[in-house]
Amino acid sequence: MAMATRQSERKPATTGSMKSPMTMTEKILAKGAEKAEVKAGDNVWVNVDVFMTNDISGPGSIGIFRKEFGENAKVWDREKVVVIPDHYIFTSDERANRNVDILREFSLDQNIKYFYDITDLSNFKANPDYKGVCHIALAQEGHCRPGEILLGTDSHTCTAGAFGQFATGIGNTEAGFVLGTGALLLKVPQTLRFVMDGEMPDYLLAKDLILQIIGEISVAGATYKSMEFVGTTIESLNMEERMTLCNMVIEAGGKNGVVAADSTTFKYLEDKTSVPYEPVYSDALASFHSEFRFDISKLEPLVAKPHSPDNRALARECKHIKIDRVYIGSCTGGKTQDFLAAAKLFLASGKKVKVPTFLVPATQKVWVDIYTLIVPGSGGKTCSQIFEEAGCDTPASPSCAACMGGPKDTYARMNEAQVCVSTTNRNFPGRMGHKEGQIYLASPYTAAASALTGYITDPREFLH
Amino acid sequence: MAASLTRISYSSAFTFSASKTSVLSPSLFASSIKVPTFSPLTVKPLCSTFAPHAAHGISFTRHATSTPASVLDTSTKTFHGLCYVVGDNIDTDQIIPAEYLTLVPSNPAEYEKLGSYALIGLPSSYTTRFIEPNETKRKYSIVIGGANFGCGSSREHAPVALGAAGAKAVVAESYARIFFRNSVATGEVYPLESEARICEECKTGDVMTIELGESRLINHSTGKEYKLKSIGDAGPVIEAGGIFAYARKTGMIPSQSN
Repeated sequence: MAMATRQSERKPATTGSMKSPMTMTEKILAKGAEKAEVKAGDNVWVNVDVFMTNDISGPGSIGIFRKEFGENAKVWDREKVVVIPDHYIFTSDERANRNVDILREFSLDQNIKYFYDITDLSNFKANPDYKGVCHIALAQEGHCRPGEILLGTDSHTCTAGAFGQFATGIGNTEAGFVLGTGALLLKVPQTLRFVMDGEMPDYLLAKDLILQIIGEISVAGATYKSMEFVGTTIESLNMEERMTLCNMVIEAGGKNGVVAADSTTFKYLEDKTSVPYEPVYSDALASFHSEFRFDISKLEPLVAKPHSPDNRALARECKHIKIDRVYIGSCTGGKTQDFLAAAKLFLASGKKVKVPTFLVPATQKVWVDIYTLIVPGSGGKTCSQIFEEAGCDTPASPSCAACMGGPKDTYARMNEAQVCVSTTNRNFPGRMGHKEGQIYLASPYTAAASALTGYITDPREFLH
Repeated sequence: MAASLTRISYSSAFTFSASKTSVLSPSLFASSIKVPTFSPLTVKPLCSTFAPHAAHGISFTRHATSTPASVLDTSTKTFHGLCYVVGDNIDTDQIIPAEYLTLVPSNPAEYEKLGSYALIGLPSSYTTRFIEPNETKRKYSIVIGGANFGCGSSREHAPVALGAAGAKAVVAESYARIFFRNSVATGEVYPLESEARICEECKTGDVMTIELGESRLINHSTGKEYKLKSIGDAGPVIEAGGIFAYARKTGMIPSQSN
């Protein structure tokens, strides 16, 4: 079949009819600012699509909102504010409990549509509205949508970038401002591009990828920058793995992280939201600050040693390090996929853990998944059964729990100077409670493997 | 993906499990919801000329309608006092450990309490503490830091704790961005940047003066002077008392007396 000759066709860019090429982050911020285009370095006022707050930072934000806009002021849009108690929930600390009460009073007063309340602290299942960890709840409840701008009063709000949206953390004062106006002044960041191609080895998880990157560029390597993750490896990741990747963008100082929305994203969102959305994609000719390429086949399971997320080391080179406990939980490593991975490794070993192994599902839904999903190859066992057979602690009430220490009676808080392998996101001094605690950040595979030996262990010891 | 896995029914999940969890059909609400009584959070006003008002709709102008320069001149501002020196990557867990985050910064009594815990998370290698355990007087008004000061969490409690503790300015080699933004938004401390690694040349207890308008730091104890990067547009915002006060002064949002 003859094709029409194309010699008269010119590339659109040369006709001058196209805007300058933009990155995904630039496009999202341009859309939010109602401008045709923006470039890195521009300060723009953007409309906020979703604003999230939790029990740690909500009360302060509410206080500022009321003080600045008046006691009778109403939030800019009662359907765009999502209030999620999650940090210090299952505790007898009176101030922590009071902070959840403050969220409730505000949500009732403002008729907030999405308030994931908890009133019965003795039994999380008695609270049908309660979800758990805010970033996972946002995703599971359909609040993360491609092309949108999501701001939250928590640094790990960048997790939502996995959905191809601009998501970043802000402080109480800016939150108060957003509550009143639904807008914020943001500086458009340059983008760092991370290209990962190739089939993901079966002993690696997204946590290993992001630890690799942070170890490469350091905890300040992405300061004021957007981190864009591309390549066939990234495309092969499911949504929760993409969330793990974007979750730790902040640990490199990044402003936001993004993964382009694709069929995986659309499928995930199918049963979760009916709000229309419009994904955007980086132009082929968009300019990036710098590009990093990784040969996935050469990567190995990693840990971040105390006391910095960029203190990268190979797990196999740390096998002499004796540990006291393992913690599997948080927005970073407490999702359904994270527990499935840990269960898979325990199943492959068939042995029992040698140290206390704490399991904290991020949300109620994750908790249900642990108890109902059949682990492939197990002959019909659920994650919970496998965990029980391996001697892990009973999965706890969903919340942030000990990821950041918390009040002294927080489940799995490190109250003595111990060595812990954790699937969480930070290992700064005192992060999980005790100032002299030694925290090794790792993937769920590495955490499970380490629990089985009592030493930091490369998961390939158990996965074949 | 979870969607492609088989799932056993929720109720059967508990018939054979020996776990401590119990089968429960959740009641819709707890039998009585305790309605909290607490007094509205009263806050130390940033600017005493503003009277509280009751507004339903909030008008918001994207562009400043008045020039702030004459009102918010930082050219003559100086800070003078003792400095406290820390190193690189001082993260928010060290500035204000998570266990203190139940304190709400917009509550005046809790604001003061936050100040008493500023930098309490620094490791024991810092033998001179920012606030000694039995001290009520706050000694240091200038914090000298290294690279990536304030990294970690977005908690606004970090610059608030420093400000409540009496720090007027931090002078660091570089900042993590959320800490920087929060310092400016709250107006609690000036996040100044040095051009050299001052943290290696200054000692805790050195007497210092910062001439803000000249972007200059003088260490009287060593006799050395240092150039700082200009605070730029962030200066007037902090000087006004944070973004709200600034937004009102420049006409971006209506003043509270309207």
